[in-house]
Amino acid sequence: MPRLSSQWLLRLLGGVTVSAILGFLLLPALVVTLAAFNSRAILSFPPESWSWRWFVKAIAYEDFQAGFHNGLIVTGWASTIALVVGAAFALALERYEFRFKRALETVLLSPLVVPHFTVGLGFLILAAQLGMARGYAVIVACHVVLVLPFVLRSIYISLRNLDPRLELAAASLGAPPHRVLTSVTLPLLLPGLVSGWLFAAILSFNEFTASLFVTAQRTQTLPVALYNYVREYADPSMAAISVMYIVVTATLLTLANVFLGLAKVLNVEHPR
Amino acid sequence: MFLDTVWICFLTALFTLIVGYPLAHALVHARNVALKSAILVIAVTPLFLGEVVRTYSWIVVLGNNGFVNSMLLKAGLIGAPVQFMFTEFGVVTALVHVTLPVMVIMLAAALSHIDRDYERAAASLGAGPIRVFVTVTLPLSTPGIIAGVTTAFAWTFSAFATPQLIGGGRVNMVANLVYQLGFASFNFPFAASLSVAGLVLTFAVLALMRAAAGPLEKIGLH
Repeated sequence: MPRLSSQWLLRLLGGVTVSAILGFLLLPALVVTLAAFNSRAILSFPPESWSWRWFVKAIAYEDFQAGFHNGLIVTGWASTIALVVGAAFALALERYEFRFKRALETVLLSPLVVPHFTVGLGFLILAAQLGMARGYAVIVACHVVLVLPFVLRSIYISLRNLDPRLELAAASLGAPPHRVLTSVTLPLLLPGLVSGWLFAAILSFNEFTASLFVTAQRTQTLPVALYNYVREYADPSMAAISVMYIVVTATLLTLANVFLGLAKVLNVEHPR
Repeated sequence: MFLDTVWICFLTALFTLIVGYPLAHALVHARNVALKSAILVIAVTPLFLGEVVRTYSWIVVLGNNGFVNSMLLKAGLIGAPVQFMFTEFGVVTALVHVTLPVMVIMLAAALSHIDRDYERAAASLGAGPIRVFVTVTLPLSTPGIIAGVTTAFAWTFSAFATPQLIGGGRVNMVANLVYQLGFASFNFPFAASLSVAGLVLTFAVLALMRAAAGPLEKIGLH
């Protein structure tokens, strides 16, 4: 009996610890939601009266609109290019042996540890050296490099889970290589490809530090516009837009979890 | 400057590990599917919110009129707002929040690939749950710990908005100096060399961590 109760105590302790940590993770989101619905311009907790006015103001703010629009352009291009490039590299790395394979892998994954300000500054100086204006091309190139490791990892894991015998079967039945790729390999990889694209899109849309370096006033993406806003104003419009951000992101991730199995994509599922 | 940055990165990586481990453990061992997905989504969402939104949220939490101070004042626990903004404490708290998702993903990946039979064998031989954890689970998860800590370190190193907005010039990291040099004084060569120095330093620290982790990993593999 004492053994049982000590196990029970351990469970309770574990539960409390995990709840506290989840609370820590959720606290900023909850507090920002409170702040966003506060009708006064100055923070106060708990809010005395409630309103939607900061949401209206945030949506109508021109810099945010332009930033959102620029962000969509950059994200669309960057995540799509990263998906194609990432899929090709993942396939090559998983299926073939060649010289400098390890080196290539390291280079492709290095943006995970290289500071974003280094990447941003690098692209800024490179663009200046090449005489390019600070247009969309530079931002897109920069984002492709930054999100590539995530795409690569996501597709790599799906490739590992793909049974190569299915491709062999298709080939033995007379399908030429491109037919095997389009009718067997790619459809089976679809969840990995979709989640890889989704990761890339979300990360690119939210990328800030490197974007700060490579964007100009005309091309600034939403996070850069938000940063400039926070530095100059203190009203809760920013809280309102944060709430929209949190809701959209959490919804997308929940959908990804339901339809694609986030746990499997992130490789945190117990294999069995 | 570099030392300050490394110190903040070190603190952040350490606290992220301490906070992330129980969460990763709960994520892998939760039996209830709904609970598991809830933990996963809550743990991963901050990763995709972007630095600015997260940092702003923490300003609202920690500021002088912020949530924590208002609550403490209302409860009568403090007479005047506690200064969280512009302190190392504030910056590290926000940074831990930022790096936690990556840490949890890496730890959970390692924990989920441990064969449960080892834990069961230890338990069947009479080891209590704490003993099983310390002698079996923890050593076997060292690769995840190493991967998590190094990534957390590297991510913190590249943090910009958090030290800029919460540190407000009092807590400066390399990223802030590079930006200042580039855009306030237009001294690009100096900014570039500083960022290369930062890069070299990151790699050096990561290599050092891996070297130090080598013997640890061997314990994990027996």
